[in-house]
Amino acid sequence: MPAADHRLTTAEMAQFVAEGHLRFAALVPADVNEAVLAALPDLEQAKIGAALAMFSGADALPHPDQAASLTPLAACYPDPAPLGRFLRLPAVQGIIESLVGPDPVFDHDFVHHLAAGHGDAQHLHADAVADTTDPTFDIQLFYFPHEVGPDGGGTRFVPGTHVRRAPSSTIAAYHHVRGDEFFAGPAGTVMVFHHALWHAGQPNPGDADRWMYKIRLNPTQPQVKRWNLDDFDAVHNDPADHVFARSRSDSVAAILRRPARWEGTDDSRYDLMERARLWRYVSGDDTFDADYYLTRHEQRSDLAT
Amino acid sequence: MSEPVARQQVLQLWLQSAALDTGVAAWAFHDGTDGRGPGLPEGSPPYRTGLDALRDGWFLIAVPGPTAVPEVPGELTSGFTFERRVTLD
Repeated sequence: MPAADHRLTTAEMAQFVAEGHLRFAALVPADVNEAVLAALPDLEQAKIGAALAMFSGADALPHPDQAASLTPLAACYPDPAPLGRFLRLPAVQGIIESLVGPDPVFDHDFVHHLAAGHGDAQHLHADAVADTTDPTFDIQLFYFPHEVGPDGGGTRFVPGTHVRRAPSSTIAAYHHVRGDEFFAGPAGTVMVFHHALWHAGQPNPGDADRWMYKIRLNPTQPQVKRWNLDDFDAVHNDPADHVFARSRSDSVAAILRRPARWEGTDDSRYDLMERARLWRYVSGDDTFDADYYLTRHEQRSDLAT
Repeated sequence: MSEPVARQQVLQLWLQSAALDTGVAAWAFHDGTDGRGPGLPEGSPPYRTGLDALRDGWFLIAVPGPTAVPEVPGELTSGFTFERRVTLD
């Protein structure tokens, strides 16, 4: 549950850094869900037309509300566009600002429509075919404007994979991953993904179409301490928080060190180091650590300089 | 009357280390019999370890190569491939 000003708490930010996703059930009110659902088919048709034009060489008219990449988010889907009503909800704005700071820009969006009876599953992939190793990140909002039941075409995703850099052509081989999750939830639920989280669309064997709107946003300012910091001092630990020495159960490190179910021992340690590096970035604390892996190396490397 | 034909089933297991008796992290099953041969045991994952797959009749045909400590973690590294040959009438 975000803070009263709609921004995330420190514990929620740590959860995002640990698992690469957050879930906000029934966040969007019913009237906005209904308006968005009514608007998505037109947007979908325009996007399909643009995609087909890419192959035929014909000109395609974008949807009149379609934003261009690099458009400030505040200028996307101006009133009375239903998607603008969604994007400008204070609860949605608070989540966005916490993760990518003020004034993010539009990257792209898409309407993910699975017709009833749709039988194909996507291969597991990340929306980052070529990525940097610096800790900056984009976010993707997955907005489900209607209820999605189990086996209703909810997106599959693998918590904790956002710190990995692997080609989608390789991770496509993993038909099942221990601990992977499949979205199901009430109308108006918003999932927020780190851009590198492994995920895949699923079959929709049910008798109702499934609609989902996805939007990717890029930060334009450092993503440092943008969330509600009321609980920051209470949970942000020092670099001595070490499970094999003295550790806290109420710290950021305690959230980061929970292994994903698919991780082996080495995996969990490599990934914990990456989560600690990501927390260093968002917290602005270059000495932060979880279980001493970074600090140990840095202490020794000082001896050789 | 048709002649019996051999078809291959392939099981890929990505384990949590290069040791065959460690836990399964991910898996994929490719069925050359198109459902006419035996399936996998119920469970997620279907086998607790790679060794359990051997004990259920799978034959190991490929093991993971050497790995280095990664600069940044990436794909799962300990992938084992098994096969089972099924004769169909």
